[in-house]
Amino acid sequence: MKRADAKTTAAAAAPVTKGKEKKKGKENYRPTRNACKLCAPLGAALAFKGFSKTIPFLHGSQGCATYIRRYLISHYREPVDIAASNFSEEAAIFGGQKSLLLGLENVCRQYRPEMIGLATTCLSETIGDNVPMFLKEYRKGREDGPPVVHVSTPSYRGTHAEGFHEAVRAVVESLATAPETPSREGINLFPGMVSPADIRHLKEIFKDFETEVTILPDISETLDGHLWSEYIRMPEGGTPIQKIRGSGRARASIEFGRVLSGQKSAGKSLEERARVQCFSLGLPIGVSESDRLFQTLSELTGHRVPERYNAQRERLLDAYVDGHKYVSGARAILYGEEDLVIGLAAFLSEIGITPVLCASGSKSGLLKEKLSQVTPDISKIQVEEGADFSDIEEIAAQSAPDIFIGSSKGYRIARALNLPLVRAGFPIHDRIGGPRIIHLGYQGAQALFDRIANALIEKRQSDSKVGYGYM
Amino acid sequence: MSDYIEGIMDTECEVIDPVEVKEEMIVRYPTKVARKRAKQIVLNRIGEEGEVPPIQANVRTIPGIITQRGCCYAGCKGVVLGPTRDIVNITHGPIGCGFYSWLTRRNQTDADASPDGHNFMPYCFSTDMQEGEIIFGGEKKLKQAIQEAYDIFKPKAIAVFSTCPVGLIGDDVHSTAREMKKKLGINVFGFSCEGYKGVSQSAGHHIANNGIFTHVVGTDDTVGAGEYRMNLLGEYNIGGDAFEIERIFEKCGMTLVSTFSGNSSIDGFANSHTADLNLIMCHRSINYVAEMMEKKFGIPWLKINFIGAEATAKSLRKIAAYYGDQKLMDRVEAVIEEEMLPVKAAQREVRPRTAGKRAMLFVGGSRAHHYQELFSEMGMETVSAGYEFGHRDDYEGRKVLPSIKIDADSRNIEELEIHPDPERYRPRKRPEEIEKLKAAGLGVADYEGMMPEMKEGVMIIDDISQYETDKLIEIYKPDIFCAGIKEKYAVQKHGIPLKQLHSYDYGGPYAGFAGAVNFYKEIDRMVNSKIWGYIRAPWKEHPELSGSYAFES
Repeated sequence: MKRADAKTTAAAAAPVTKGKEKKKGKENYRPTRNACKLCAPLGAALAFKGFSKTIPFLHGSQGCATYIRRYLISHYREPVDIAASNFSEEAAIFGGQKSLLLGLENVCRQYRPEMIGLATTCLSETIGDNVPMFLKEYRKGREDGPPVVHVSTPSYRGTHAEGFHEAVRAVVESLATAPETPSREGINLFPGMVSPADIRHLKEIFKDFETEVTILPDISETLDGHLWSEYIRMPEGGTPIQKIRGSGRARASIEFGRVLSGQKSAGKSLEERARVQCFSLGLPIGVSESDRLFQTLSELTGHRVPERYNAQRERLLDAYVDGHKYVSGARAILYGEEDLVIGLAAFLSEIGITPVLCASGSKSGLLKEKLSQVTPDISKIQVEEGADFSDIEEIAAQSAPDIFIGSSKGYRIARALNLPLVRAGFPIHDRIGGPRIIHLGYQGAQALFDRIANALIEKRQSDSKVGYGYM
Repeated sequence: MSDYIEGIMDTECEVIDPVEVKEEMIVRYPTKVARKRAKQIVLNRIGEEGEVPPIQANVRTIPGIITQRGCCYAGCKGVVLGPTRDIVNITHGPIGCGFYSWLTRRNQTDADASPDGHNFMPYCFSTDMQEGEIIFGGEKKLKQAIQEAYDIFKPKAIAVFSTCPVGLIGDDVHSTAREMKKKLGINVFGFSCEGYKGVSQSAGHHIANNGIFTHVVGTDDTVGAGEYRMNLLGEYNIGGDAFEIERIFEKCGMTLVSTFSGNSSIDGFANSHTADLNLIMCHRSINYVAEMMEKKFGIPWLKINFIGAEATAKSLRKIAAYYGDQKLMDRVEAVIEEEMLPVKAAQREVRPRTAGKRAMLFVGGSRAHHYQELFSEMGMETVSAGYEFGHRDDYEGRKVLPSIKIDADSRNIEELEIHPDPERYRPRKRPEEIEKLKAAGLGVADYEGMMPEMKEGVMIIDDISQYETDKLIEIYKPDIFCAGIKEKYAVQKHGIPLKQLHSYDYGGPYAGFAGAVNFYKEIDRMVNSKIWGYIRAPWKEHPELSGSYAFES
């Protein structure tokens, strides 16, 4: 008997007989096979983890908290406590107020959090629980308790990416106040769904610009921490609550994400409410998008770009030159959150790799337009919003790719096509170090460039019959 | 069982007073919560008749207590039906539930064992409900999903799993399934396993058992070849466990008709009622099917355990005794003798490094019990254990079944009324034969539970929370903690290794004889890792100033 892992090649299970044609409309509905998106409450819980001593709390079934914890933990390999109101059948019928209030009370007693991030699930949303009213009730007599920030995240609307941004917006809208005097200090940074390593790098950059920064949210320590010599109820790190409150007094905000720039966001909300000017940039992946960040920072702070970043930029370009023969002309399949895909596409275009497919499970309606801003020839790129991995598989099989770039979820397809997968984004649960992957800035581009070039070299080397030791 | 280390254990445990530990664990809860948790945290006592103190189990988790429990859907789709390779499992609901249960349990299967080679386990099928369906209903979309899945894959069967919103908006998955079954001419069946039902994944197991029994078991009366024909229930082939058990059965000349549901095909379920004996591994998740098969078809069941080499040997002897056939008994003895040689050698190799070390197990509805066998074979003691979703009978034994109060949450899970099948009921053993077997200590249709086999004074904790886990570790400082990935990194922050017993991390198999050897090596490696020695930097010379790591004391 064969003792192999479950047969993983999709092709072996059944031939895909459908043509590529992604049919639109209800009449030609097509079931989702192997989704390329996660649900909105996961995104919200992830964002809440980036605020100091904040407990994410899901209003709904305990299973949602368990599943989402399970998933976040498999990527970050860090403790992720998420509470829930543990709906019973009774609560599902009569409403979840009692469960919610008891749950909040218990979380406060056990964890003494500085903030509670309350995200709804499809259960509480479907029965129409009036959460703002419940919270008003909860507040009575507890005026000194930790703030409870509520975000509406039914998983039948949007994806984890939207859940993430909505949660950040809810935090800022609940806590940030508009200043009475126009004293302006520091910069807010809304980095989006990037890795702890990315956030640590961004902090260094701001430090080198000698500028106070409030990163919202900051998962650099909470989701990539260290061993504990004593019992720690909640991990250190995250944006201090005081700094969230003060974000309305910042000189400016920077938010990453070209798709986000066309949507409601925390940065734009703060601009409207507290007149903090918001600069929308793409995710700074690759030289051009990173240049935009450094230029913006230089203008906002009045400081020249620190010398070390010039050096990093030059080293990166030197590497581009040295490695171009390995990467130029290659064809890549990109998938993930829309803004990550756009950032990676911008970077790949610089090094001569065509992202022949750019796919995302999200459906902003903006992906193609925003991609065309960062890639030289959009006609060479197939752009798929609302895609699942079955779509990606079909398109990949027909587009002669050389490499896959994205989360672990693309592994089965890459394996079936015998192609390398360079892991980036979320979730990465078949490699160690997902949270330490750096994507941003010249340094991030350098790391990505080396990994992508080496993956292509390794493939060529192992495919060769000769066994070359020089490549 | 662990005479080897008795002395060491007693001295170490003296310092910790479990009564105080219990107090400390619940002190921060509000009075009502503390009172409830106090009933779920019990110090083991073994009475003269082998009776143990009652524990409260299978009750609702209190909101805001961070539980490790999953939901009804997780138990139904993820655990019981998930490992069957040739059923297209469609999650009817928004995308999260389907995504999170997408082969995360590392169930393996051998697709080549079926002639059609169907294997849909690497797929995650979902109707991906959107707001429109929440408002106007999702049945139409579900029908389309079933039709599409049929057109593309031509499976033998399609199962539909309901998530929270489905029950609330009133979609009737059962009538949709019936309609599509008629239309497509294949078996299509639905499960009302909305996440809010019951108190844990346990409700989902029950619902899955009911559905499989109603829609699949007994639909094919072909009697296959082979002697000693049995079903293995509650074995999910995580990390390849089922492959090892199958190997042993084959070697003993036993015939496996079906497994519920590791390395399984729906064809096996369809004629599982032709077997002569049901073996139960995970009592919690699957005893319902065994009982229903006994009532309807007359197949007795035995609780067995293939985790631990000694337990495996004991289970094989039980099976042989059930059949009462000398030829089988001799063969089983020969197999055990041969298989135990490398096992004993491996034990001798690891014991000097593992004996006397202490383990904690908080997992499952059976695993927290089963894995104690492996630890005791390594000379390790289990100092605390508990289930995530077990019931009282899993703790105290089936003898307490009559005294279990059925609360509202359990009452909502349908209990099927089963009668003997007019044509196919055939008692495999006469009542007097069963009595004889029972008198010989075979325990037909019985499970003794975990607590009677554990030491006095150990802490038994049902549905342990993250907070209680942290406290327990802080106080006991065990050498290894066994649970799942959710607990893993929090426990390891304290410098204590955690072995995942839900999905086995990257390892396995741990069942049977070969599995035991794998487990010994794995645990040896984990409890003797050098990494903890590097944690304190040499310039941090005053640990009293910064506290000490849990593993240091």
